[in-house]
Amino acid sequence: MSEQTTAPKAEKEPEEQAPARARDLTSWLPTLVDSIAAVVLALVVGAVLIVFSTPRVIESLSYVFSYPLDFFEYALVAVWDGYRALFTGSMGSLGAWERTLERAAPLVCAGLGVSLAFRSGLFNIGAQGQMLLGALVAGYIGFSWDLPVGLHALVALAGALVAGGLWGAMAGVLKARTGAHEVITTIMLNYVGRFVMLYFLGKEALQRPDSDNLLSPPPADSARFPELGSLHIGVLLAVLAALAVWWLLERSTLGFEMRAVGANPDASRTAGMSVAKVYVLAMTLAGVLAGLAATMQVLGKGDSLTDQVAGTVGFDAITVALLGRATPLGTVLAGLLFGALSAGGLAMQGAAGVPPELAQVLQALIVLFVAAPALVRGIFRIRGKGEGSGVMATGWGA
Amino acid sequence: MTDTTVTRTPEVPVRERADVRRQVRLVVTLGLALALLLWFAVVIDDPTVSYVLGERVTREFQPQPFNGAIVSWAAVAVTGAALALAAVNRFPKGWLGGLLMVLVGLSFYLAFLVWAYADQTGSFSAAIANPIPGTIRVATPLVLGALAGCLCERAGVINIAIEGQFLAGAFFSSIFASVAYSSLVFIPVALCAPFGMLGGVLAGVLIAALLGLFALRYQVNQVVLGVVLTAFASGLTAFLLGQIPGDRKAELNDPEILQEIRIPGLADIPVLGEALFNQTILVYLMYASVALVTFLLFQTRWGLRVRAVGEHPKAADTVGIKVNRVRWQAVLLGGVFAGLGGAYYTVGSTGAFDRDVSAGTGFIALAAVIMGRWHPVGAAFAAVFFGFMLNLKTQLGFVDKLPTDLLGAAPYLATLIAVAGFVGRVRPPAADGVPYVKS
Amino acid sequence: MKLEIRGLTKRFGSFTANDHIDLTIEPGEIHCLLGENGAGKSTLMNMLYGLLEPTEGEVLLDGEPVTFETPGDAMAAGIGMVHQHFMLVPVFTVAENVMLGREQTRGAGLLDRKAAADLVRELSGRYHLAVNPDALVEDLPVGVQQRVEILKALAGGAQVLILDEPTAVLTPQEIDELMGIMRELKEQGTSIIFITHKLREVKAIGDRISVIRRGKVVGTAKPTASEAELAELMVGRSVNLTVDKAHVTSGTTVLEARNITVVDPRGHQVVKDVSFEARAGEVLGIAGVQGNGQTELIKSLLGLVRPDAGEIWLDGKDISKHGPLQSLEDGIGYIPEDRSHDGYVGSFSVRENLVLDLFRNDEFSSGLALKLDAIAANARDRIAEFDIRTESADSPVSSLSGGNQQKVVVAREFSRPLKVLIASQPTRGVDVGSIEFIHKRIIEERDRGTAVIIVSTELDEIFALSDRIAVMYDGRIVGTVSPDIKREDIGLMMAGAHEPVSGGAA
Repeated sequence: MSEQTTAPKAEKEPEEQAPARARDLTSWLPTLVDSIAAVVLALVVGAVLIVFSTPRVIESLSYVFSYPLDFFEYALVAVWDGYRALFTGSMGSLGAWERTLERAAPLVCAGLGVSLAFRSGLFNIGAQGQMLLGALVAGYIGFSWDLPVGLHALVALAGALVAGGLWGAMAGVLKARTGAHEVITTIMLNYVGRFVMLYFLGKEALQRPDSDNLLSPPPADSARFPELGSLHIGVLLAVLAALAVWWLLERSTLGFEMRAVGANPDASRTAGMSVAKVYVLAMTLAGVLAGLAATMQVLGKGDSLTDQVAGTVGFDAITVALLGRATPLGTVLAGLLFGALSAGGLAMQGAAGVPPELAQVLQALIVLFVAAPALVRGIFRIRGKGEGSGVMATGWGA
Repeated sequence: MTDTTVTRTPEVPVRERADVRRQVRLVVTLGLALALLLWFAVVIDDPTVSYVLGERVTREFQPQPFNGAIVSWAAVAVTGAALALAAVNRFPKGWLGGLLMVLVGLSFYLAFLVWAYADQTGSFSAAIANPIPGTIRVATPLVLGALAGCLCERAGVINIAIEGQFLAGAFFSSIFASVAYSSLVFIPVALCAPFGMLGGVLAGVLIAALLGLFALRYQVNQVVLGVVLTAFASGLTAFLLGQIPGDRKAELNDPEILQEIRIPGLADIPVLGEALFNQTILVYLMYASVALVTFLLFQTRWGLRVRAVGEHPKAADTVGIKVNRVRWQAVLLGGVFAGLGGAYYTVGSTGAFDRDVSAGTGFIALAAVIMGRWHPVGAAFAAVFFGFMLNLKTQLGFVDKLPTDLLGAAPYLATLIAVAGFVGRVRPPAADGVPYVKS
Repeated sequence: MKLEIRGLTKRFGSFTANDHIDLTIEPGEIHCLLGENGAGKSTLMNMLYGLLEPTEGEVLLDGEPVTFETPGDAMAAGIGMVHQHFMLVPVFTVAENVMLGREQTRGAGLLDRKAAADLVRELSGRYHLAVNPDALVEDLPVGVQQRVEILKALAGGAQVLILDEPTAVLTPQEIDELMGIMRELKEQGTSIIFITHKLREVKAIGDRISVIRRGKVVGTAKPTASEAELAELMVGRSVNLTVDKAHVTSGTTVLEARNITVVDPRGHQVVKDVSFEARAGEVLGIAGVQGNGQTELIKSLLGLVRPDAGEIWLDGKDISKHGPLQSLEDGIGYIPEDRSHDGYVGSFSVRENLVLDLFRNDEFSSGLALKLDAIAANARDRIAEFDIRTESADSPVSSLSGGNQQKVVVAREFSRPLKVLIASQPTRGVDVGSIEFIHKRIIEERDRGTAVIIVSTELDEIFALSDRIAVMYDGRIVGTVSPDIKREDIGLMMAGAHEPVSGGAA
């Protein structure tokens, strides 16, 4: 039925065009104002959650009609304490900034991977699995091999990049060869990756002698990233990665192909590009960047391997990439924001007793609001270009 | 103007590339299977294994020993015959071919079981148990989730948030059932768990409402939306779980669980009866739901309209159908089934809610939708297959030949292979995931 | 029923698509609405059918003002529409499509498919529109699908029937049949609004003709008016309807297709044993109704689809196994039939689209790095040479008009040396000015010695450009003829008849 659905509409003045059939994943990405408004709105919803997770506030509700001021005072204090702890814990001191940067670095790297895939028309949910594999190899090389300082870190780093890249490439190959949707394959590869990690952690070679938990020894000092001041050079690597991704996307022929395939794979194929090659390449590079993110945890922070070694970085990376509009600069800024949320979230828990899961809720809300600019604009009465959100979605693309 | 048929020019006798690819795929798959089967048959020292018709060894169901070599070599024969057919390109097409593949799969599974259970050194007597009861149980949420997916996607809304609906449904059914029990005001004890299912349904519909709001009202990219809604549900349920103080856990998150209800007569059918008809109300609801959704989609006016807005929304609009209203209805009704599916993870099985208790099965349900070609019956069968894979870990967990962690990965690997093997060749509803905007 | 339109206006932002349109359609009249692509005909009809809300103006039925919020309202008032792109659900049966929206039920919302099928049979008997109610729409040929659309409108009780460009997808014989149906409907009292940009058709069937240009009714005419008069009214200046081209001395064979067979993913043979050759300095036209295998044949020539059998030779070299990139390097240029789908990347700038298949050349890149200056310079040159109307080279192509989008594609394909040019529907959805320009460039390319293949469903275009015409029907080339052949004969071939004895074989 292609005749009816794909033939161009004969009568098509530019102004009356229906939004083009959206194959372009990035077309819905928001503007900066929308992003800021979305963050503010998410913080407002977060405030409500803080209010209702503070016992004193809940108690004051029981007598809200006799002493309404108590409720409002306690609520305001709870929100103020919480968000102040969030701010000082992430940006209030040099140490806070260091924590923020250390947490932002892996988010930025994995987020760059998601962004890169996104610009190529692929929705990579697999950063988590790619990180686990990267961490597994980096960790194993890090504690079991014996190499000179510097070289050891380099070899472990290279191992992580290769492992992450291979894990990512699998989803790319499946997409290119069989049309299997990358959302499903990457999610499944995340679970498989976790079981692979568990399997190897169960092996004697990876077991820390003094522990009963599934836990490996920490990497040797020779494999750790060198430190500049009290920050490890992973932060620098993240910045370099962002520059490299920018150059690749905006200045290189490969990036031209990736963006073209991401926006219109049919026209790209007709123009002689290999869509399959772009899919495999994009997913491989995304995996490499996730592997780099994993080294921040293992070789940077010096964590032992567990099945939790990647934390939630791989999933938060998706949010980072979406918030950063899948551009390298945006991803860096969004990564910094989420690094701050994460560093401040801990302080918030310590100082104000707010549960750390709040950060995950906040992140999901931010992306929801960012994805629906019309909603946010309606609430803040921002005048945007056009009332419709101009947001389009894609089908299964199979 | 009388003829509606067109004169067709004759076909050219050409072997299609697709046919060649099919043969190559069959030969490779069957060849690998045959090699493994031969290995299974050869490495066994003592082929005597025992089986039991029940789900576990009980007084009623005692282990029966038998010679596993017969099974091993029968499987080799079946697979070898199939391979021979494929090699000369005489492998049947259509349902007959499907039947043959099922037969090969079944014989592979049995020979694999024989290999796994033969030569056991474990201290307790390992008997091959009946996998069907466990499969049906584990498949229940998958089938319900897949029905939700079918409804949404037939209406043209991609639902990747089934996992999120599961989590919300699981959490709130636990809360509802626990609160019902601890307050004990209106509800008899036996109805507490079913009351919990109501909470699950409400939560599933709530997430569906968010899906509808953002997908239909704000036209957010539905793939992004599904992933984000799942993250939201996961974060929110974990956050709320953290809000339950330890001393009130029994009050809020320790529900009664659903009891099995034996259907007299039907449950006495050998092998299958116990498995299918001695189950909880949730399982029976699942059976009914498959029939209901199939009937709704294909026999009613509403179903015709749902499929129309999923295939060609503009055509529906031009005959006066309110596209987004029909989509809303389908999405919300889907939420009912997904929420019921979520209830399985608490009141339907283990009781208390735990963080991310559904462990990604929502995404497996999504894969079942695709593998079942967006048809409720097909999706239900695909879901049962995935349920079977999920149940493998339970069934083979104590066999020392197999690493548990790799068995745990089996359902996810099976999903990967199924999606890679099928999705490229199936046709989703034409307007799936495309928001309808009036031009 | 008498339909009056008074001062109907539609604005999209600052753009006025329809500007105070007045029209009256008398009962039992066939009223033709003539205008070129982009003139605003469809906008007008969409307002009439409740799909768009008018900015100003009113619609009267039998003297009573009416407003339609939805198509449902319009249908209830007795207005039916057959859309240019059919509004049929391909995976539904004919009966299901006809019943959709006003379903026959056996109470409680249960579908009564038998009653629906009976209604289809009854209507198709009454109006002589033969269709099988149980057939799946996607299995029906386009002409029959159109009958289903008409049945759908009639089942809704339409007294005014709008036909939007109904002939674009039909063979000449089917067009004659459609005109027969229109006359029959007219006799039974139905008014018809017939929208088209084809002059021959309005002269053949219209009772009255209204011409629309740039959103305004610029005049009315009698069917007796000459084609030249109508064309001038439609375009606003005198139009040269023929393409000036010198006679051709055909050169050597450049591209040769030998026994190509293509099977589509659903397992249907869509191209069957097709052989032909394209010669240097000659235009080979491939005529045929849409959906007879032209699309797949062209895709197989370009390596976008691997043929299931057969060979493709270029300059004595077997290129059957070449993919799109190699075909490009072989010197094959391609203007795809659906430009927004295959021709350009909508969100990319004009500048980027102008190098979409050239960016690998040394001129525009070295190693991995793009040469941005060279790409910008190229854009300046092409925009000037091809008169591409765009705000700047940075504007996304999706913001351009259809004609200018097509010029971007044409400019890109003509900016490298070609051995073969394949153009599918090169002027579909393009204004008359751009049509003239694109046709001129294609003939210039031919005169430069390139072998040109034109695929078109528009016979006018085929006759205007071709030096030889191959006719496709149901996946086969049923004959190759010279352009001196009579229109009726080629029409018969497009409907499956073999090469007529009278036609001059070429």
